[in-house]
Amino acid sequence: MPLYRSHVLVCGGTGCTSGGSDRIYDAFLKEIEAQNLKDEVQVIRTGCFGLCAEGPIVIVYPEGAFYSKVADSDVKEIVEEHLLKGRIVKRLLYKESIEEGQIKSLNEVKFYKKQMRIALRNCGVINPENIEEYIAYDGYKALAKVLTEMTPEQVIDWVKRSGLRGRGGGGFPTGLKWEFAAKAPGDVKYVVCNADEGDPGAYMDRSILEGDPHSVIEAMAIAGYAIGSKQGYVYVRAEYPLAVKRLEVAIEQARQYGLLGKNILGTNFEFDIEIRLGAGAFVCGEETALMTSIEGHRGEPRPRPPFPAVKGLWGKPTLLNNVETYANIPVIILKGPEWFASIGTEKSKGTKVFALVGKVNNTGLIEVPMGTTVREIVEDIGGGIPGGKKFKAVQTGGPSGGCIPASLMDTPIDFDSLTALGTMMGSGGMIVMDEDTCMVDIAKFFLEFTVDESCGKCPPCRIGTRRMLEILQKITSGNGTEEDLEKLEELAYSIKDSALCGLGQTAPNPVLSTLRYFRDEYEAHVKEKRCPAGACKALLRIVIDKELCKGCGICAKNCPANAITGQIKKPFEIDQSKCIKCGVCIEKCPFKAISKKA
Amino acid sequence: MIKSIQELEEIRKKALEELEFRKQHGEGIRIVVGMATCGIAAGARPVMLKFVEEIQKRNLKNVTVVQTGCIGLCKYEPIVEVYEPNKEKVTYVKMTPEKVLKVVAEHLVNGKPVYEYTIGYEENKEANN
Repeated sequence: MPLYRSHVLVCGGTGCTSGGSDRIYDAFLKEIEAQNLKDEVQVIRTGCFGLCAEGPIVIVYPEGAFYSKVADSDVKEIVEEHLLKGRIVKRLLYKESIEEGQIKSLNEVKFYKKQMRIALRNCGVINPENIEEYIAYDGYKALAKVLTEMTPEQVIDWVKRSGLRGRGGGGFPTGLKWEFAAKAPGDVKYVVCNADEGDPGAYMDRSILEGDPHSVIEAMAIAGYAIGSKQGYVYVRAEYPLAVKRLEVAIEQARQYGLLGKNILGTNFEFDIEIRLGAGAFVCGEETALMTSIEGHRGEPRPRPPFPAVKGLWGKPTLLNNVETYANIPVIILKGPEWFASIGTEKSKGTKVFALVGKVNNTGLIEVPMGTTVREIVEDIGGGIPGGKKFKAVQTGGPSGGCIPASLMDTPIDFDSLTALGTMMGSGGMIVMDEDTCMVDIAKFFLEFTVDESCGKCPPCRIGTRRMLEILQKITSGNGTEEDLEKLEELAYSIKDSALCGLGQTAPNPVLSTLRYFRDEYEAHVKEKRCPAGACKALLRIVIDKELCKGCGICAKNCPANAITGQIKKPFEIDQSKCIKCGVCIEKCPFKAISKKA
Repeated sequence: MIKSIQELEEIRKKALEELEFRKQHGEGIRIVVGMATCGIAAGARPVMLKFVEEIQKRNLKNVTVVQTGCIGLCKYEPIVEVYEPNKEKVTYVKMTPEKVLKVVAEHLVNGKPVYEYTIGYEENKEANN
C-alpha cells in the first residue's frame, strides 16, 4: 500500500455534492495529475463533515487545513500553493479556523468543540466506499467480538445496559426491543433498518448512510446474531440516490470480504442484507406501513399490537430500528455499555444527531451529548441567528413535534424534557426560527405536509387534518374567528385520540404546541387581524406616512392595482381593499414614506 | 474473504498505517519542509519525498511530513525543521536526499540530532571562514 504525503478529503455528502463537490473532486484529480503529484497526494471523497452551510468542504491533511465554500476555480490554487509549495491558501480557510494567524485544528473550531461524534464518528473521516478504511477505524471488530466472545443474551444485555433508546423518534429502549424479538417464538426472523426519514428539514440518516454505511451493516449483523436472524433489509427512500449507491457498494464489499453471507469470520453465523427502495411516502417511515411496503403492498399502517417484534415482516418476528440507532451499536460493543451510559442524561443516554437548519448561521449536521441545551446548540454550535435578528423558537420532531420558545432556551435536550415541553425528539430535525417567523404560518406549513402525506386509511387523519388546515388558512388570511381557535383545538385533540398510527396521532402537535407557547399570535390574527411577525401576506397593510409623503404621485403611477390615489403635493393614500401588497410602491417611493405594517 | 479475527486485525493494521496522519497533528514528531519558490528551486521536493519514503520504509509511527512556505533564510535552502514534543526544534539547512537518510536514522530513530547539518553549525563555519 503506497504511503501518500498528503490526503485531500472532499466532502461527498448530498449537501456538498449539490454544491458541486463532484466537480471539485474531479478537478483535484486532474490538477494533481497535471502537477505530477499523483504518487504523493491522495484524493478521497468522504461523507458529510456536518458544516453544510459552508460547503463544499475540502480538508487537506496532515495540516488539517479546513477549506470552506470551495469552487472549481479554487482547486488550481490549492494544488499549486498548498500541495506543491506548502502555502496554505488562507482566503479559503473556514474563517473560524484561523485565530491570530494560527490555524486551529478541526476539533478546536467552535462548531465541533461542543460536539461528540459517536454515530457520526466516521462521517467526513473515512472514504465510505472503501471497506478497508472502515476496518482501519475498528470496523467489524464489534461483530468479531460478539461472534467469538459473547452469547446473544450477553449482546442484548449490553444493549440494555447501555441505555440506548430508539433514535427514530419514539425513544423506546433498544435493548428491550431486541429482547422481545429474540424471545419471540419462530425460526425465521428479520432485522430491518428504517432509513425512510421523511421529516421536513431532517437528513441525519441519509448522512450516516452516505458517510458510513458499514456501521449500519455491521450493527444489523450484530442484531441478527443477537435475535437469531439470517436476513436483514434496509428500507431506504429512492429519493436518497447517493445513500442507496453507497449502501450497495458497502454491502457488496462486505460480501466480498466475507463479513456478510455464510460462515462470517469463520464462524457458523450467517447473515445477509438486501436493500428495499421506498417511493418516499412519509407514512412508510411508520414501522407497520414500512413492513407492508417491503412485502410489496401499498404502504399503509395497521393497528398495533401485534408489535413487529412478535408479528412483523411476512408475519415473522422482526426487529426494526432506525439508521442512527444502529450506528451506535458497534461503539457500544467495543467500548462497553458503561461507557455509553456515562454520556447523556439520566434517562437518555449517549448522543443525538440533529440536522440544524433554518435561521441559524451554521446550518448543518451536529451530534451532541443528550442534555445539551437549546442555547448551546443555537448560539455556540450554530453560531447564532443571522442578520442580528432575535431568536424566537426551535421546532423539533418534524410534523410530529412542536416548538421550544426562546424563554425555554436553557432546557437540556433529551427524550423526556422534550416530551414535557409538548414537543418530541423525533428523528432529529431542528428548525431554528427568528422574529420574522409567524408561528401560525409554521403550524400551517406542517399541516400542509401532513395533509399531503396522509395515507388516507383512517378518517381522522385523512379528513381531520384537512379541516384543521382549512381553519389555519382562514386564520392566516385574516378571516378567522375566536370560535375557529376553539374548533381547531377540539379537532386537534380528537385526531390525537382517534388516528390509526403514530403519524396521525401526532399530526396536530405543531398546532397544539404553537397554541401553547404563542397563543397571543393566534389571537392577534383572529382578533386584531394582524400578523405580529409580519409574515402573513394577507394581514399586512402597506401604508403611506403622511409626514414623509411629498405628494409626488410616483407610487400611484406605479401601482398595478390602481389602489393609490391623491392630489399632487398632498399626501397620497392607499385603498386597502384594492391593495394587492406587491410592494412596488415601497420600492419606487423616493422619500421612503411607504412601509409594511403588521 | 476474511476467515478469522486475525485476518481482520491484519487488514486493520495495514489500512490504519495509511490513514495514520489523517489524525490531527500536535502529537508526535513533525517534519516541516520549506517549500516556497526558493526552497523548491534549491531542491526541497526530492528532500521531502525522501523523508516520506524513508519514514514509510522504516515504518515510523507518529511522524508527519508537512510543508511550509518561505522560512526566510533563502541562502540556506532547502531547510527542514524537526519539531518534537517538549524539545527545542532542530533546523537543518542545505538539505539533500542523502542527508535525509542520516537525519532519519540518527535523529528520528535514535533521537540524536545531526549537528553538522544544523543551522548553528553552518553559521559557525561561515563565521570562522
